[in-house]
Amino acid sequence: MNRLSWFNAVSLTLGFAFLYIPMVILIIFSFNESKLVTVWAGFSTKWYGELAQNEAFLNAAWVTIRVAVFSSTLATVLGTAAAYVLVRGGRFFGRTLFSGMIYAPLVMPEVITGLSLLLLFIGIGLDRGILTIVLAHTTFSMCFVSVVVSSRLVTFDKSLEEAALDLGCSPAQAFRLVTLPIIAPAVISGWLLAFTLSLDDLVIASFTSGPSATTLPIKIFSAVRLGVSPEINALSTIMIAVVTVGVITASLVTKRAMVRQKQDELAAARTE
Amino acid sequence: MPFQSDRRTGAALNTNVFAPWEDPQAKPLIQFQNVTKRFGGFTAIDNLSLDIFEQEFFALLGPSGCGKTTMMRMLAGFEKPTEGHIMLGGQDIDPIPPNKRAVNMMFQSYALFPHLSIWENIAFGLRRDNMPKRYLEDRVEEMLRLTRLEQFARRKPHQISGGQRQRVALARSLAKAPKLLLLDEPLGALDKKLRQDTQFELMDIQEKTGTTFVIVTHDQEEAMTVASRVAVMDQGKLMQVSTPDRIYENPNSVYVADFIGDVNIIEGRATANGDEVYQIDWAEGQSPLTATSSTEFSNGQSCHLAIRPEKVTISADRPADAINAVQGKVLDIAYLGNLSTYYVELPNGTIIKAQSANTRRISRRSFTWEDPVWLSWTATAAVLLAN
Repeated sequence: MNRLSWFNAVSLTLGFAFLYIPMVILIIFSFNESKLVTVWAGFSTKWYGELAQNEAFLNAAWVTIRVAVFSSTLATVLGTAAAYVLVRGGRFFGRTLFSGMIYAPLVMPEVITGLSLLLLFIGIGLDRGILTIVLAHTTFSMCFVSVVVSSRLVTFDKSLEEAALDLGCSPAQAFRLVTLPIIAPAVISGWLLAFTLSLDDLVIASFTSGPSATTLPIKIFSAVRLGVSPEINALSTIMIAVVTVGVITASLVTKRAMVRQKQDELAAARTE
Repeated sequence: MPFQSDRRTGAALNTNVFAPWEDPQAKPLIQFQNVTKRFGGFTAIDNLSLDIFEQEFFALLGPSGCGKTTMMRMLAGFEKPTEGHIMLGGQDIDPIPPNKRAVNMMFQSYALFPHLSIWENIAFGLRRDNMPKRYLEDRVEEMLRLTRLEQFARRKPHQISGGQRQRVALARSLAKAPKLLLLDEPLGALDKKLRQDTQFELMDIQEKTGTTFVIVTHDQEEAMTVASRVAVMDQGKLMQVSTPDRIYENPNSVYVADFIGDVNIIEGRATANGDEVYQIDWAEGQSPLTATSSTEFSNGQSCHLAIRPEKVTISADRPADAINAVQGKVLDIAYLGNLSTYYVELPNGTIIKAQSANTRRISRRSFTWEDPVWLSWTATAAVLLAN
């Protein structure tokens, strides 16, 4: 293994310090005994205990999870369908326009998306609550799913679908039995992306949520305006832990699958 | 020189020859009736008619872009003819979608389902027919035996070698016992040695199952080896449809003669000289050549004389009884191991290839560069072509 040069070592340290010092400080202070956020008074896990008692945070967390699950699932279905039509539908009238339009929300300012959705919900008389947040999150995360899935479909060997048709599948069966299982990793990562986008969205949710339903980011944001409490540090640490575990698991699984595939292919080549 | 299995050339000894295309009573399995296929402004298939018979091993041969793959995709149902009809067993199949046709296809990329085991890949088509479990298992086992894949049944496609994948693709497309099996460049991805072995396996399996095979290939040697009949295509048209030996020995055009194997083409003007015998004036100051032809040529008609290099004899002196003999000098020699091809330049600049078997060691070769030699061939060796 090569040793890092002096210059590279410094660059690396600076870069990572920039990225992670804020989070490390947050985690450390979540175990602070003191009620004052900036004064260290010894190690304690009491804020985690108090968090578990805090009805308002627990409710908000439950709302957030439900919204994320429903909206990412809906976005995955719609986004996959859109990607399939745009990649596989052949040349139809307005195809270029449609494929441009599906990516436009990616660069649309969230404030505008939120405001336009708010106007729509008021216009059709829909009471703001969980339903409206789910719809709003589906709207903006669907195009992310579509991007992920269509990049997989572009490299997908079309003759696999033709082979399925040739062997007696209806087009719907061919999609369910062949296309979907093969593009499943892309669909799952699209779902995960939509899920995390929904989890940490503040702007759009604040436009479309009502008094009956508050998501965790909104709750944290409004609590922080009254002063940062160690409870919020504890809550944020839990969120960091969940995300870290998720990311590490996903990368381990992918890496193991790649290693195994490579070994199998080598073994197959030897038996030739 | 393309190799022919004795199963087909042995026909001369066998009175019960498989040649339904010569029987006017025989009903073709597949009929292309004036089929035209256009993609936008491009005509891929141009008013083409063709009959293919049951149990044939039929090869569509041509350079890339000649329309052979389009023909196959129309048979499978992935493309529809722009004009004309395709009949399968007397039924117009144009409105029938691919999943309802008794036709299966083996794809060039094999298109094995990567998420299913070899066993499940082969069972895939049978499951769509809701075949009872016991019959399904028997059928899959039978296919595994036929393609010698028993010990790989539980593996995934990426866990086996290229040659084995090719056999899985074949087993999967044969499992449903189709009336017609389409093979799109089935051996293109294999190396030469494996390809030759697999060609014989294909012929063997075709014979065992009695299925009609239509194969698309750009490899003329492969087409000649496996097929009962070969169709040579160019630019969406059929140039010639015949048995491999007739395509080779009696090409109907310079294009076919040139596409299949190696050939010398001499341009000239024909003059009748007796019954089915013609004299060809081909160069100033050279004596005319003699060739037989059952096709009629008018006096002075321009013509092409096609002679295969292996039918040209090379010698140091003019053979006494030779009907056609020309003199030249050796320009180049291509040594192929078993054969040598001599490129002989005639006084007028024409280059004629002559091929002879290397029956002696190379150090004892009779001719070398710049040697003056005589080339000779018989009146029946060459084919006289109008275009």
